[in-house]
Amino acid sequence: MRTRWQRFKQSYMLYSFLRDPVALTSFIILAILVFSAFGAPIVAPHDPYDPTTIEIMDAQIAPAWSEGGSSKFLLGTDAQGRDMLSTMLYGMRVSLLIGVGAVCLQAFIGIIVGLLSGYVRRLDNILMRIADVQLSFSTYMIAIFIGAIVQTAFGVAGYDRVAVPLLIAIIGLAEWPQYARTVRASVLAERKKEYVEAARIIGLSRIRIMWRHILPNTLSPVLVISTVQVANAIMSEAALSFLGLGMPVTKPSLGSLITAGFEYIFSGSWWITIFPGILLVGLILVINLLGDWVRDFLNPKLYKG
Amino acid sequence: MEQLIEIKNLRVDFTLRSGTVRAVRDISLTINRGERLGIVGESGAGKSVLGFSIINLISKPGKITGGKIIFRGNDISKYSYEQMRKIRGNRIAMIFQDPMMTLNPVLTIGTQMKETILAHMKVSNKEAEKICLEKLRKVYIPSPEKRLSQYPHEFSGGMRQRIVIAISLLTNPNLIIADEPTTALDVTIQAEIMDLLLELCETENMGLILITHDLAVVSEVTQRIAVLYAGKVVELGSSKQIITNPQHPYTQGLIKALPQMAEGAKRLNQIPGMMPSLRDMPDGCPFAPRCAALLERCKHEIPTLKELESGTQVACFMREGVE
Repeated sequence: MRTRWQRFKQSYMLYSFLRDPVALTSFIILAILVFSAFGAPIVAPHDPYDPTTIEIMDAQIAPAWSEGGSSKFLLGTDAQGRDMLSTMLYGMRVSLLIGVGAVCLQAFIGIIVGLLSGYVRRLDNILMRIADVQLSFSTYMIAIFIGAIVQTAFGVAGYDRVAVPLLIAIIGLAEWPQYARTVRASVLAERKKEYVEAARIIGLSRIRIMWRHILPNTLSPVLVISTVQVANAIMSEAALSFLGLGMPVTKPSLGSLITAGFEYIFSGSWWITIFPGILLVGLILVINLLGDWVRDFLNPKLYKG
Repeated sequence: MEQLIEIKNLRVDFTLRSGTVRAVRDISLTINRGERLGIVGESGAGKSVLGFSIINLISKPGKITGGKIIFRGNDISKYSYEQMRKIRGNRIAMIFQDPMMTLNPVLTIGTQMKETILAHMKVSNKEAEKICLEKLRKVYIPSPEKRLSQYPHEFSGGMRQRIVIAISLLTNPNLIIADEPTTALDVTIQAEIMDLLLELCETENMGLILITHDLAVVSEVTQRIAVLYAGKVVELGSSKQIITNPQHPYTQGLIKALPQMAEGAKRLNQIPGMMPSLRDMPDGCPFAPRCAALLERCKHEIPTLKELESGTQVACFMREGVE
């Protein structure tokens, strides 16, 4: 018997991955980013959450290599004197957490709704209309609405604590129809196949047929949209934070860092906005490139030329 | 002999916007315990619909509109979905045409087999695995322990059909419905699978309904044959009688159309014309427009099954006239 690891080592998936330089590079960059984000307390030179280490005198120091820079702060400091590099790493951690969390929530709701509406024909119409209604609200509109209510209800201090789960819930709830539609379409294609009929003839229950037989066969499109959706969720969060409705400045995400620096860009402190911006673009780019590879791998019919 | 299943005046209709299609019209058949019955007929004669109606899984808009299916003393045509679920795959199993399609591509065959057992029997995982191995050995799968953890794509077509048969055997059913089980396989494998089915039915004393359009195959495996035409049984008798001494002009045509009956002629024999549309049947005998021995009566009256001296039942006025 081969172990799972041995099987993985011999698989075509690994082979094709190693032969694709774009996918490989993206994966390495993403791995470094994720590692340094979640290892931020160890990796980062300063702790931006600890107010005792922050000196207001250090505010707006330029990056180390430019004039007025200090070797203590590699990428300079922001308006409150926090080290940019450390703040960005902590911020990326928040962004990734929200992105992945929101996608898990979307996938959870979307897969259940998609399975039910694809397999149980009676529920199809009502569930899909709910999805349509959901899609006709803009994510930002819902976020602004809920965010405003929660901010007044909890006050600024309370909002700090609920901000992460709140953003996960908002972005998750706004985007689940994407999953529901994809899963439903695949279920409709799969339920006509003979193995489903065979499973019914064996006398399996409907739930078991849905969960064990149909769902695994619909997972490849789910995997593909998941990668794209993580990137989208991170961007949504950044956009919301930019509008001042996302993460508070005391616990900044990449988006709120960009906004915070925006006020200082004309006074010459460009690094406060530019570095988080570059990091955000890089993060989104590698996730999307990896998503492209996953799509090409799982759907060989799409081979480009 | 103990009666296993009795189909009484079964009718299956498909109600469409453009009219009602009567796919099965008044079919009555009985199968005894351990008996093998072949159902032959051309495409669209209602063979598969008959098979599916026995396990009450006709796809919509099809519906059983009349008759009874009595299985071990109960009328299962009236059972609810949940009641029927306990019979499907448990007491009555079904084998399909294309083994490439009937196995789930993303689950190992071990998982798929165990699932069937656990759905119907209260046994532990270990015991289920033991049953799987036993049945796989019965269908002559070499080194079954290794095979259990493999996926369907790692098997050849013939092997897959063996596995499908093994799955149908798992719960020791009383009846297997095989819907053209060898059509998708090549000739040498066909013979193997048929031999296997025959052997299993004999050793396990299972009933078999073999649905096919291949007369040569049925005659080797089954004891009795029912010839279906346009949703009706036109001839029913022992396999030997039907092959050597067919009574209905349609059966005669079918047998003449076998390539081995052409005897060196350049062109194969065929029955002229086509089966009438199930939507608008002619008033009389459905075979009348194609029949070579047409009587005036055939155009207005529908013949019913009559038993001849040889024991064969046939629905044809010609035969009535002889007696």
